[in-house]
Amino acid sequence: MKIHIRHATTYHYDNPGSHLVQRLYLTPLDTPSQSVLEWTIEAPGIENALRYVDAFGNVAHVTTPPIDLAEVTVVAAGTVRTTDTAGVAGYDLGSVPIQAYLASTPATEANAAITALAHGHGQLSGIEQLHSLSASVLDKVAYVIGATNEHTTAADAVRDGKGVCQDHAHVFISAARLLGVPARYVSGYMVVGENEFAEASHAWAEAYVASLGWVGFDVSNQVSPDERYVRVATGMDVSGATPAKGVRRGLSTGAETMDVEVLVERVAEQ
Amino acid sequence: MLLGRTAASLFWMARYMERAENMARLIEVSYRISLMPKPFRAHQDDWSSALKSAHCEATFAGKYDTASQENVIQHLVLDRENPSSIRSSMETARNNGRAVRTALSRDVWESLNATWIELSTLRMNQLPSDKLPGFLDWIKQRSMLFRGAMLGTALRRDSFHFCQAGAFIERADNTARILDVKYHILLPRGAGPGSSIDRQQWASLLRSVSAHRAYRWAYRDASYQPWNVAEFLILNPAMPRSLLFCYDWISNNTLSEIEEEYGDGTLPCHETATETMNLLASANMEKIFQNGLHEFLSDFIDRNNRLTAEIATAYNFP
Amino acid sequence: MGDNFNEMLEADGSVRPPYALLHKWLETQTPGDLRAKIREAESIFRRLGITFAVYGTQEASERLIPFDIIPRIFAASEWRRLEAGIAQRVGALNAFIDDVYHRQEIVRAGKVPGDLILQNEAYLPQMAGHSPARNVYSHIIGTDIVRVGANDFYVLEDNCRTPSGVSYMLEDREAMMFLFPDLFAKHRVAPIEHYPELLRQTLDSVAPPQCEGEPTCVVLTPGIYNSAFFEHAFLADEMGVQLVTGDDLFVRDGWLYMRTTRSPVRVDVVYRRIDDDFLDPLTFNPNSTLGVPGIFDIYRAGRVTIVNAPGAGIADDKAVYSFMPDIVEFYTGEKPILNNVPTWRCSDSDSLAYVLEHLEELVVKEVHGSGGYGMLVGPTASKKEVATFRQILKKRPGNYIAQPTLALSSCPTFVKSGVAPRHVDLRPFALTGDRMRITPGGFTRVAMKQGSLVVNSSQGGGTKDTWVLED
Repeated sequence: MKIHIRHATTYHYDNPGSHLVQRLYLTPLDTPSQSVLEWTIEAPGIENALRYVDAFGNVAHVTTPPIDLAEVTVVAAGTVRTTDTAGVAGYDLGSVPIQAYLASTPATEANAAITALAHGHGQLSGIEQLHSLSASVLDKVAYVIGATNEHTTAADAVRDGKGVCQDHAHVFISAARLLGVPARYVSGYMVVGENEFAEASHAWAEAYVASLGWVGFDVSNQVSPDERYVRVATGMDVSGATPAKGVRRGLSTGAETMDVEVLVERVAEQ
Repeated sequence: MLLGRTAASLFWMARYMERAENMARLIEVSYRISLMPKPFRAHQDDWSSALKSAHCEATFAGKYDTASQENVIQHLVLDRENPSSIRSSMETARNNGRAVRTALSRDVWESLNATWIELSTLRMNQLPSDKLPGFLDWIKQRSMLFRGAMLGTALRRDSFHFCQAGAFIERADNTARILDVKYHILLPRGAGPGSSIDRQQWASLLRSVSAHRAYRWAYRDASYQPWNVAEFLILNPAMPRSLLFCYDWISNNTLSEIEEEYGDGTLPCHETATETMNLLASANMEKIFQNGLHEFLSDFIDRNNRLTAEIATAYNFP
Repeated sequence: MGDNFNEMLEADGSVRPPYALLHKWLETQTPGDLRAKIREAESIFRRLGITFAVYGTQEASERLIPFDIIPRIFAASEWRRLEAGIAQRVGALNAFIDDVYHRQEIVRAGKVPGDLILQNEAYLPQMAGHSPARNVYSHIIGTDIVRVGANDFYVLEDNCRTPSGVSYMLEDREAMMFLFPDLFAKHRVAPIEHYPELLRQTLDSVAPPQCEGEPTCVVLTPGIYNSAFFEHAFLADEMGVQLVTGDDLFVRDGWLYMRTTRSPVRVDVVYRRIDDDFLDPLTFNPNSTLGVPGIFDIYRAGRVTIVNAPGAGIADDKAVYSFMPDIVEFYTGEKPILNNVPTWRCSDSDSLAYVLEHLEELVVKEVHGSGGYGMLVGPTASKKEVATFRQILKKRPGNYIAQPTLALSSCPTFVKSGVAPRHVDLRPFALTGDRMRITPGGFTRVAMKQGSLVVNSSQGGGTKDTWVLED
């Protein structure tokens, strides 16, 4: 499938004049399931940005927009051709050892409920175990927009029983790690429908299966990523894969609001 | 090379030391007046005017009911909740100095630190009224020790000049405020010029800025003429506490030195300083009184504050 | 104090050679003489503002660290043996950290379990694959060593993150030279005053490749309220580099800068005394106001060097410590020169059982603790303390390791009753950059309370000057 993406994030600042450092994980790379035909990022300060590849194999841009902007807009756009590999992302080139993906993080720390959830699948193994786990997570955490935010932990989401794709991914990751399966967070895009704008990019989980490598599990949609999916960045949890993240320093920073507009649409093959 | 934060700490360290010394002088004078028999004191010449001169009315009102001697002294000397009290000023000066310890010579640091060590353990009950004059004298001594160490051991470079800028801006602010407050109290009210009440008032105003004897050398009049006193403290170029002297120093011996060392060109703070100095240099008392002394002094205090903000911006204070 | 090795006196009362002159001198001093010297020392320190804030006390005000005026003395030959052991250990530690963040060969070889390292709090996945300048991660290591016999030394722990104490070592020496010039004249004490110079050379030698000309180094401090602030300021001053807080630094257009009164100045090497978690709110703890947003990215891209590297703490984890003999042998091919203290890892059920049964005899420490907090010293604890600790231990056994109590050596120390032996330990400092530089002696900590084995300054311990005699 040929997919066109336009991902725009706009930050509004009440009090411009403080120093902002932004890190962008907005560059998809070629993988067995996707090939990037064209891709650009527009952002204030991007010409002088640091571009490097981090430990997880993500392409990162670190920008420092000019200091007086009351509004900072970042737009990543381009075209990617995808193929369906049944959700298998393969053995990747990042430097983080597989076993490190078993470590717990604040966002993915298990509570009693998650522990129970995980052990409910202790008898199964391999892909079967993971698909079953994915179904249970959706069962436990209904897809509800607006009940959680970017700081919600897996434990919170399970306790409240509501969440979005980020929360589904965290709960799945938390449970998988308890079962001794290395797991990680993936941020990316998914084709929803013709000309449909989404309010956010998409997130899912990947788990490591020895014979296959990393395999994706989209709990919210109950599938493994197919040709509708474009993979961008991975991390231990959302904090390591957030598309755009910034920290401001300086005089009273005032209120900050963010608007996101994502267009992910299939385009005709030429 | 100096960090913006270091320059800021040096500026404020010197400023708060100057504030502590000025506060000691102010309290000393108010204390002297309180010892005078009632007829010799103007009705407003009580401790509340000291609060006004020290710009501490607001902080005082939140905490105390009456402006009694005990309360005011407590508030202006040892009260930790008053950022301008002698104790707080010394502590702020010392903390700023500690944060930039390596920018200070050993003598400067030790004069600051030793003073703070002794002061930090002092309790109000160790300061009965008979011990007060000795204590205030000690504060002045320690401040002069600090200044002496600074003048005697500091390298004449940007770090030194930021200290000087802080000290002289504070001194100018202090002189302007005291004059503004006291002048109205002291306007002759039924007592004829040259009366003994009159003399005591002017003498006390001059004492509060350590200008009492210097005045006598500058003006030969036996009685203090209000006009002369105001002129002495605003326009006399030889009087180290006058507004003109302070701004001449700030403009020609401090900011210009920094500008020369850095070679980064003229900035708004240089312009403001020069402008204010020229204003003072070309002023005369007749015009000042015509337009209103209070207006003149208020305007000056605003300019002084503006200069502080412009220096902070120019040199990247945090 | 009984059978503990006394560094000055043999069992038969004869004086050990390194202390010969000192002993003679002590005999000529009355307690009054020594007390006068102590007062002199205290006033020197106070004037200089050397203090050590103690956490958890009612007034976090400034208190002097007790300084004992009687030096600890090593003969040249004693020190040489120690020095070789330290060099071997420090080399192995850096090789270990390098391996951890690359191929984990030691795990593949089955010498250390993978989960101990890769699921360790101190392991930073963000560091995987990064190769810092000269492959050095822990440029400054403070190794805590205790002595049990004339030639019997044990390493208590390796401090690979932000070891402190150097300033006390240097100021103690300066005070001693001021107080006892005659004693120095009679002995030939190896100098240590050039440590700041050596540190500066070390920092310069690990500047990133794009650095042109003389590297710009800074000391990054959490600020004046940190207990070791004096040391941060002291070292910056002695090295002739800027002391900065997080707010003085900023990232712009892909590089790290310092905020000066003029244009920003690019920074090449950051000697940071801030913990990993607080270093960068963009990558680590987002609530940190002490760090610099984006500094880790600049570091990872090789545009600035951070000393000691983030993630170096994987080497001074107390559970990893128990594998040190294997670690030293794996990377050097040699048997360790310095002994490791036998250690029971309470995460192991057999070890836990042993520990619970012998709790009154053991020293139990938190795996990730420091400063002597959260530990139990079985032999000197009350029955109640032991019982309470037993419950804590049962709840989270993976959090603890246990070691037998060691009979720490003692040194003559001036106390209320006169000169008496008190337990000591030693922290030598090893610098690694273009080469390794180990300061002779180091920082001796002494437990001022009779019989006490806790030497940490934060819990009332004091310091002594340490002399290494030249041949």
